[in-house]
Amino acid sequence: MDLTTFFQQLVNGLQLGSIYALIALGYTMVYGIIKLINFAHGDFLMVGAYAVYFFATFILAFTNAIPPIILFILCLIVSLAAGALIAELSNCLTYKPLRYRPRLSALITAVGVSMFLEYFFASLPFIGPSFRAFPDIIKQVSFVVGGVYLNNIQLLDIGLAIVLMILLTFIVNRTMTGKAMRAVSQDKDAARLMGINIERTITFTFLIGGALAGAAGILMAMTYPRIFPYMGILPGLKAFVAAVLGGIGNIPGAMLGGFLLGIAEIYATSYNSLLGEGIAFAILILVLLFRPQGLLGEKQSEKV
Amino acid sequence: MKKLFRKSTFRLILYAALLYTLVILLSQVIPAGDGFVLNNYFMIIINISLVYVILATSLNLINGITGQFSIGHMGFAAIGAYVSGTLTTLIWKLIPGSLTATSLFIVALLIGGICAAIVGFLIGMPALRMKGDYLAIVTLGFGEIIRTIINNIDYVGGPRGLLGIPQLSNFTIIFIIALLTVMVLRYLVFSSHGRAMLSIREDATAADLVGVNITKYKVWAFVIGAFFAGVGGGLLAHMIQLAHPTQYGFYASFLVLIVVYIGGMGSMTGSIIAAFILTFLEKYILPMVLPMIGLGVEWRMVIYAVLLIIIMIYRPEGLMSREAKFMIPEDH
Repeated sequence: MDLTTFFQQLVNGLQLGSIYALIALGYTMVYGIIKLINFAHGDFLMVGAYAVYFFATFILAFTNAIPPIILFILCLIVSLAAGALIAELSNCLTYKPLRYRPRLSALITAVGVSMFLEYFFASLPFIGPSFRAFPDIIKQVSFVVGGVYLNNIQLLDIGLAIVLMILLTFIVNRTMTGKAMRAVSQDKDAARLMGINIERTITFTFLIGGALAGAAGILMAMTYPRIFPYMGILPGLKAFVAAVLGGIGNIPGAMLGGFLLGIAEIYATSYNSLLGEGIAFAILILVLLFRPQGLLGEKQSEKV
Repeated sequence: MKKLFRKSTFRLILYAALLYTLVILLSQVIPAGDGFVLNNYFMIIINISLVYVILATSLNLINGITGQFSIGHMGFAAIGAYVSGTLTTLIWKLIPGSLTATSLFIVALLIGGICAAIVGFLIGMPALRMKGDYLAIVTLGFGEIIRTIINNIDYVGGPRGLLGIPQLSNFTIIFIIALLTVMVLRYLVFSSHGRAMLSIREDATAADLVGVNITKYKVWAFVIGAFFAGVGGGLLAHMIQLAHPTQYGFYASFLVLIVVYIGGMGSMTGSIIAAFILTFLEKYILPMVLPMIGLGVEWRMVIYAVLLIIIMIYRPEGLMSREAKFMIPEDH
């Protein structure tokens, strides 16, 4: 592999990694707060992508006059809202009644929610199980920098992911709600005794996590302009691997894990496509065997 | 040997024999209209239900009895299906329609089951180091890895699937194997080994302290569960004469999981009943009812999902609690 190819794949890997990182953030935040692997998280991405699909198709059917960048910002707002809404709906309808039950029940319910979203979208007559071409919100423009091919969508993916991550870091570290989220994830009971409204904090976490998944949805649909109801399964699983790789419950860890996993997957695929499909799970098993707390996580001893 | 022939065993075999005779009578002797009371479509549903009995009870050993959350069960079934399917297809080409077909089939099924058990052993090893959510993801990952590998082996058809598997499964074979599976698992559960597995589910640390070899029993649960899943997968492949990677994905595993959860964690009786109810619901009742209310057949998975969520919220222990009386021998 020469140097140009190396950098080319690095850019591709960062692009894929930025999508994984956005989904992984939602996983890790929800896990940090209620210790639930939200299997449906990948499907929030799908909901975000479909919301943008309908919104953009609707707008483009009326007028082509809107500048692409404004259209993109509108679509981004739609995807953030759709992701946040569906996340909060699934939280208050299904996870809330199970809050103080065994964690396995909540896990199975998450699987149920995931199945419901996928098959519901696949069964709705105006959506259906087939692939749909995603409208061109922004025309792809390629250019060459030092032999490496870049395009504007790649830069947009990486840039937007980084902006959202900075925003999230600000919310979590600098605002009262962020402080409440950190407190609840450390000790739920103590947080309640300090007067923190647990349910409101959890709701807020789901809203932010869902919004990030929605953003990942629009980015993914723009990168691979083909959407279908099952599009969230594999990215969701791989993003979970990314969250575990970085240390689940750890926000910088999810970002690091997402980018690392994206890069690893692109390099593995360029070597052998079979390896590319399986590498995420291979990484998962290696991490769990040798460093279960993840790269940035803290080791926890078992309490009896 | 005396313990093997308890009254309850006789009762189980008696009920099974009665059920078997009834189905045979209805499907081959008592006429109704053009054919018999139970037509071929019914027999297919019954056969699929019985395969689900095998898959669900074996998953119940891992999930319900030992308390390890495994959600890649169809990966084991895929191994059984592909190994036994390849074997019988090869032999079928060499000696077409040989008289010993059934015995060959049984041997192929056993080999498929053993291969699945070996993989179960490999999965059981990392399972020792993790639990709960992590284990779920690892088993799911293993299931996906198995599917990806199958998808890329051209010898077994890759994404086309393994075609032309001889149709060797029939009601009798599936029924007998399902009965054997249930009996073996039942004896396992109520033996001291089963008690040890239950103690791991209840409290692994306490079990360890009283001297239960946690490592051994967790791995055994995976090995035995995987073996029966492999046999079940082999039966399924020889029934529909096809093994295809998409049959063994992610959601196929969840379907088995749903059977176990709706039946009740740790209840073999529950798994058996739920396997029949859900298969009939999916293959017979919903395709009949859904068009009546103006929905397509594809809505059945939506109904499944809603059913699962509702059961988890309102009756998390499933249809049967673990103390289902039918499964407990008298002296327990």
